[in-house]
Amino acid sequence: MNDSIHRTPGAAFAATAAGAATVGVSLKPVHFADARDASYAGLWFEVHAENYMVEGGPRLKWLEAIRAAHPLSLHGVGLSLAADAAPDAAHLERLRRLARRVEPFVLSEHLAWSHWRGEYRPDLLPIPRTEAALARIADNVLRVQDALGRRILIENPSHYVAMPWHAYDEIEFLTALTGRTGCGLLLDVNNVYVSANNLGFDAGAYLDAFPAEHVGEIHLAGHTLDPELGRALLVDSHDAPVADAVWALYARFCARAGARPTLIERDDNLPAFDELIAERARAAEISAARSAAA
Amino acid sequence: MTIGSIALGDFQDAFAAALLGRAGGNAVGLDALTAQPGFRVYRNTVMKGLVDALAANHPAVVSIVGEEWFRAAAHVYARSHLPSVPMLIEYGAAFPDFLATFAPARELPYLADVARLDRLWLESHLAADASPLDASRLAAFPPERLARVRLRVHPATRWHFAPSAPIFSIWRANRDAAHAQELEALEWRGEGALLVRPDDAVEARAIDRAGCAFLDACARGEPAVVALESAARTDASAALDALVARLLGCGAFSDLQEGDS
Repeated sequence: MNDSIHRTPGAAFAATAAGAATVGVSLKPVHFADARDASYAGLWFEVHAENYMVEGGPRLKWLEAIRAAHPLSLHGVGLSLAADAAPDAAHLERLRRLARRVEPFVLSEHLAWSHWRGEYRPDLLPIPRTEAALARIADNVLRVQDALGRRILIENPSHYVAMPWHAYDEIEFLTALTGRTGCGLLLDVNNVYVSANNLGFDAGAYLDAFPAEHVGEIHLAGHTLDPELGRALLVDSHDAPVADAVWALYARFCARAGARPTLIERDDNLPAFDELIAERARAAEISAARSAAA
Repeated sequence: MTIGSIALGDFQDAFAAALLGRAGGNAVGLDALTAQPGFRVYRNTVMKGLVDALAANHPAVVSIVGEEWFRAAAHVYARSHLPSVPMLIEYGAAFPDFLATFAPARELPYLADVARLDRLWLESHLAADASPLDASRLAAFPPERLARVRLRVHPATRWHFAPSAPIFSIWRANRDAAHAQELEALEWRGEGALLVRPDDAVEARAIDRAGCAFLDACARGEPAVVALESAARTDASAALDALVARLLGCGAFSDLQEGDS
């Protein structure tokens, strides 16, 4: 294999030049018309790539209409990069075709698995962070970047169980992955908060140690309390507004690292479009203030 | 804490089994995870994702049976039918067949056919783009060459006939509030549904048995005249000219070819 540009260690992601982050929102069909017509400065949209892997029809036409008016981010949920198998060739081809069609400014996936032995589970499942897992996942990320001809971002997952087999902590593991593949990282601040709560680590310390130079995008989402255990078990449900504690962590990261393109991520219990836009304004304000102060 | 090591694939086999309570879920010491309350979140998230997708893809069925019944049935289906691909927008291909043999659905013998129409609507919605065939192209053919003309069914055209229940009326009334009142004067007889997508929006129309036979034959690649014979055999009283004109007019075809297929 030749050393193409997307396989060499990636250049550091600099803070957004103007200071404030550009802020995007998750795009769902119920908001298509609002999204197309919205004209806020720096607005972009993110979709789950799998929801647009269709032969044709109105979905793709809507996405193209919105893409004609705004930058677009593709967020994959089905490549299953942390499975102990190469990415499914047909699925990778679907992603390549979609990316070619809508030319996203960023394309991301997860440090997780979902598709395994021919079956897909709609979740982002955890792994033991071992040397062998790192080698497999790095190989998978390289295959994807080779197929797409571009660098991708990998998102830190939410955690619900303590794993007895880790050889790496998560930041070491993600940093090693960027070193081996040149991929960037998608920092999901809510995932950090949820995981820190559930596993009992310090979210602030985690964010302070996160390799900011590799962060190409930030996610902000809402979570819910487990119906049985309450606060002891938080669920990364993407069905509520961003929590105050997550806003505070976001401000802390921006103050240290500067602004990054930031997504208000909402997948369920969808509010009116204006509510997402209001959350978006709060993110823009925080990132501007913090990066100006930094 | 680090306890020994674990092969990634072995871990995934055991984790996948434990998610659904299948055999093998306790292999390789996975009970270290499954004993934790947080493991339930993975189980719940997987099932919620699948059940939500089935509900989104079968709105008429949800409307008929209610949210609670639907979710219970969908849960049973999902446990034994994990998707093979990660696109939940198309999940549930075998759900109509599942409902046909699902014992609690026995009181609603038309439910599987309603699910089939939900499914066909989805297929039509997601199908490839093509321009509808301009009817004048067929009209321009000299009669002596018509015998060799084949009509190509538009990629987004779907149809289904149920001989023993008014499934089109039931389905449409449960998907579209504008037609909800039609349930009050329902005539219990066989019905068919035709789904077309002429302007990028799926449109639903009634279709009779002869029309479905005609489309079946066209989809098999038969010449239009053979398809017409098939329609006439199905219903000797069918008005074939009107049938073809109606199908052409609603965009059910995308092309025509002369000669062998």
